[in-house]
Amino acid sequence: MKKIYLALLFYLISFNYSKALIEIDITRGNLDPLPIAVSPLHVDAKSDQIEGLKVKDLGNNISAIIEKNFKNTGLFNTLKKEAFVQKPDIAHLKPRFEDWRLIKAQALVTGKLLIKDGKLKIEFRLWDLTAAKEMTALAFTTTPSNWRRVAHIISDKIYERLTGEEGYFDTRIIYVAESGPKNERVKKLAIMDQDGANTKYLTLGNELVLTPRFNPTNQMVTYLSYFRNMPRVYLLDIETGMQEVVGNFPGMTFAPRFSPDGKKIIMSFAEDGNSDIYTMDLETRVVERITNHSSIDTSPSFSPDGKYIVFNSDRSGLQQIYVMRSDGSEVKRITFGKGIYGTPVWSPRGDLIAFTKVRKGRFYIGVMRVDGTGERLLTENFYQEAPSWSPNGRVLVFYRETKSGKKGEGFSASLWSIDITGYNERKLTTKTDASDPSWSSLLSK
Amino acid sequence: MTFNKNLKNLFLVVFTTLILSACSTAKKSGNLDGDVYTGKETVKYLASGVPDRIFFATNKSSLTTASRATLRKQATFLRKNKKLNVTIEGHADERGTREYNLALGERRANAARDYLMTYGISGNRISVISYGKEKPVNPASTPLAWSQNRRSVTVKVN
Repeated sequence: MKKIYLALLFYLISFNYSKALIEIDITRGNLDPLPIAVSPLHVDAKSDQIEGLKVKDLGNNISAIIEKNFKNTGLFNTLKKEAFVQKPDIAHLKPRFEDWRLIKAQALVTGKLLIKDGKLKIEFRLWDLTAAKEMTALAFTTTPSNWRRVAHIISDKIYERLTGEEGYFDTRIIYVAESGPKNERVKKLAIMDQDGANTKYLTLGNELVLTPRFNPTNQMVTYLSYFRNMPRVYLLDIETGMQEVVGNFPGMTFAPRFSPDGKKIIMSFAEDGNSDIYTMDLETRVVERITNHSSIDTSPSFSPDGKYIVFNSDRSGLQQIYVMRSDGSEVKRITFGKGIYGTPVWSPRGDLIAFTKVRKGRFYIGVMRVDGTGERLLTENFYQEAPSWSPNGRVLVFYRETKSGKKGEGFSASLWSIDITGYNERKLTTKTDASDPSWSSLLSK
Repeated sequence: MTFNKNLKNLFLVVFTTLILSACSTAKKSGNLDGDVYTGKETVKYLASGVPDRIFFATNKSSLTTASRATLRKQATFLRKNKKLNVTIEGHADERGTREYNLALGERRANAARDYLMTYGISGNRISVISYGKEKPVNPASTPLAWSQNRRSVTVKVN
């Protein structure tokens, strides 16, 4: 696997923290998205030509990625370029604010780029058109092939400045790529940029693979593989392609996740038919048993401070969600609503738990507070499950399966995202059918 | 008058529907006992008269009377074929979350294994594997298909 390193230098031109007039509240569903104009970046005519890269189009391509990122948040209304009133290079120096306000823009993004001596030099500015001033300006130097990532990083910086929250654009999603008929599915691990670009397959499809999950601190992945018909939890370094079995368990291990510090894997181990929760320290290899109960205990997920574990158990008779201390003590059931609950995942912000709920044959993705109160169901469907959080805890990605006919026809699996406000549900573009998504942390922080 | 007649018809319809639905939830109907599959459509045989699989109720891993009868036949067959080893594959339907279904499949396969062991088959001869909802035998999204998919299957390995 090729190293995906980003040699990135960025420095602040100016960071204007004087009170801006425009800001976005993302804690509510946004029915009034902020009108924003993303000007194409001006490409310096002195730029070198780079093989395999259309340098002339780079300014347009980068602004198109930024625009798409903003549009997909549901928080922005990206204005049509035909209406733009100034050339990119002139607007970047200083926009004529009143002209941009005429096309109802409230924020404007401008920028320019130059390729010199094999380096891409790029700068952008975010303008508050209502207050008629610059909000943020940044410059980057990197290798030209990183241009997509630069577009995502710029998107993150602007999102952060306008919402006060960390962005989630310079991220990747690992998932299971599916193909073939429903009863003979071929499944491979796949990874792509958050916007669907750069799809890569990490396994060949020779064995069944399920439930990949990112390490929140780096780009390692844990997943379930049926290699040699022995379902076990594996660890995969996506940069080197190295894989190893986690631990030496005499039976199926499954439902893996990393601890928030990335040093342990928490998972289920099935012994004589009964599944309990265990952790393994990746450095010391010490295995700890966390639950010991004759019911099914699975789908464990740590709180971001590492002090608690939320998990799924049918000790009450049907699947419900429980919270315990990370040593397994003080087990407390938190779901009491009608229906059954599964796949709990603790938000990276610590404030919410996302889950799947099944009631009267319908599947819901929802969120609730960590004590089980304040349940909100965000979306309902024939089949959907396995939510995964965006690193800023504002968006969930999950997968859906369609109802199929007598011979399995009409079956498909796809990735979807939804804001935790319940707004902005959208289908992610994947090259194949897809399931079991897991969202990475920000690649550059 | 017409209104009354319509109302009467409506009652009749409601009444018949009630009877019909009562029939369909009654203990045995067609190939289902409760929601456990009792038919033969997907069943294969380890030997003549020895079915390879048993079926389960939704979210359950308890053995029905019919399942126990099948497993006793499998035990008799395995006692006669002392050198034969088997794997029991546990499966779930598509109407549950993936991870829970993996655990459920494991529990179903082990319920079958435990029963074979009480009939004298050594545990060394029986391995188990759970596929959760990953390998449906019937790919349809219908209650009948789901009942056929909630199963454990005994497979010869040598």
